[in-house]
Amino acid sequence: MSQPQATPTRTLRFNRHGVWAIYKFELARALRTIWQSLATPVITTSLYFVVFCAAIGSRMPSDTGVSYGAFILPGLMMLSLLTQSISNASFGIYLPKFTGTIYEILSAPVSPLEIIVAYVGAAATKSVVVGVVILATAAAFMPIEVLHPIWMVSFLLLTAITFSLFGFIIGLWAKNFEQLQFIPMLVITPLTFLGGAFYSIDMLPSVWRTVTLFNPVVYLISGFRWSFYGTADIAIQTSLAITMAIFALALAVIVWIFKTGYRLKS
Amino acid sequence: MSSQSVIEISNLAKTYGSGLEALKPINLEIRKGEIFALLGPNGAGKTTLIGIVCGIVTPSAGTAKVEGYDVVRDARAARYRIGLVPQELTVDMFETVWATVNFSRGLFGCPPNPEYVEKVLRDLSLWEKRADKIMSLSGGMKRRVLIAKALSHEPSVLFLDEPSAGVDVQLRRDMWQTVRRLRESGVTIVLTTHYIEEAEDMADRIAVISKGELIVVEDKATLMQKLGNKRLSLQLLEPLSALPAELSEWNLGLAAEGMQLHYSFEAGESPSALSEFLARIRELGIGFTDLDTHEKSLEEIFVSLVGDKQ
Ligand SMILES: Nc1ncnc2c1ncn2[C@@H]1O[C@H](COP(=O)(O)OP(=O)(O)OP(=O)(O)O)[C@@H](O)[C@H]1O
Ligand SMILES: [Mg+2]
Repeated sequence: MSQPQATPTRTLRFNRHGVWAIYKFELARALRTIWQSLATPVITTSLYFVVFCAAIGSRMPSDTGVSYGAFILPGLMMLSLLTQSISNASFGIYLPKFTGTIYEILSAPVSPLEIIVAYVGAAATKSVVVGVVILATAAAFMPIEVLHPIWMVSFLLLTAITFSLFGFIIGLWAKNFEQLQFIPMLVITPLTFLGGAFYSIDMLPSVWRTVTLFNPVVYLISGFRWSFYGTADIAIQTSLAITMAIFALALAVIVWIFKTGYRLKS
Repeated sequence: MSSQSVIEISNLAKTYGSGLEALKPINLEIRKGEIFALLGPNGAGKTTLIGIVCGIVTPSAGTAKVEGYDVVRDARAARYRIGLVPQELTVDMFETVWATVNFSRGLFGCPPNPEYVEKVLRDLSLWEKRADKIMSLSGGMKRRVLIAKALSHEPSVLFLDEPSAGVDVQLRRDMWQTVRRLRESGVTIVLTTHYIEEAEDMADRIAVISKGELIVVEDKATLMQKLGNKRLSLQLLEPLSALPAELSEWNLGLAAEGMQLHYSFEAGESPSALSEFLARIRELGIGFTDLDTHEKSLEEIFVSLVGDKQ
């Protein structure tokens, strides 16, 4: 073997090779099951369109000015974005914990920040791809218009990153596979279904509307829908502020976890 | 501390969350370019010690430095220099050999270098298997993959935690060949093993650890000398209930319910030592039916050291 020597990279502040290695590893993991990863959202979206638009949609009042299919599209994308971000990121960090390969990450010169950037970045990338695939699938059923594309992309990215952060936290916290499934199943899915993905919250009786306003997903969906059609249940500023607040919360939780010794080391 | 030391461990201790004191405050210095063997029974704290230096386990007290960099405060600088082959066979089963070794190189902050990775794989006879999925490899091959991963970023210190567990004779010989080659290129090697003959063969220095305490740290040669590498056993005519006070100047022990007298000595100690001892035995009127001398192995030294402690 050659004499080991300190290469210039060894003094770098940011371990970009390390971040890139983890990011690539995570995407390669998804590519191995690319057809399952993409078939699921495509089929589910198609089913939603067939069931909700063809069968039920014709009976839904459409006072929002867009067709029912167009109305539910942003909600469907959000639903997938949230569940995909959480499950991608939580599996990403849980799996090496489970198999023991985490030893290598822990012994490597990568900081907590770099680990988060790599895992969360990869998870967010994957869920954005799924979001785009859903959009493309929807385009097969109806013409798609996006009024504020920059806002649309911003909401997409911000939500993907935020919920990948939450997923990462769940993956750190989970001690078994049940716990890993628990939050997406029992928290995110109901919150999304009750968050105005399939109906306008204006349609609810006023008591329920007030209750609904405590559901943070309402703001994500409403803001996202606004970026498509320029109309929303909730003022765009409010949606944006709450989305940012959720992002800040996720960041704060992560920082706190790493500050208090992050359940990976003994 | 000498400029020659690569790893400096001072008052390093670890108590796990369960309250178990796995490592009592330990002081240890590992020198540049040596092969250092860490021996000790199961649960002695070997993996814990390695875990702390590699950044996997958080120390409860004390410090560890690698080439002068504190493993906690200058974690990044310390870790670039370390390669670790863990005790457990933990590999990404679905990855190929080539991908996983390159992954490790990147993770440790090194730019891609296919030529170097090829050389590592060839040295470990893994080159033919580079495109294979790791799950299709045998256990010994998987261990080689772990070694290749640990060497992928050209570390200056290599930790091998029981590298020869589950490895056949041929692979073990190859592996030790590789280790010697690494040492020649200036890499410091710290290994743990339960095969004492392995430490006897390979190590420059040996530490024995038991119940979280370092019992001894010594040059292999000195260790074997110091503890008396030869032993004379006398089969007595009549049992002795205790060692006679007249024999206190010799390094003696009784066994087999007082029927055996052991005298440990060093071959080169003093040419007349043995005959003086036998003359003294005769003076004291201690009769014996048989005698033999026997060279102690490191294993016996080890067992007696750990036994004393318990
Ligand atoms: N994560 C942990 N939490 C609690 N106790 C632990 C943990 N890891 C190890 N221990 C305990 O610490 C002690 C030392 O363990 P360690 O793995 O360092 O021993 P070892 O010398 O490597 O043993 P072996 O030869 O079996 O590999 C043991 O009693 C073990 O049970
Ligand atoms: Mg061990």
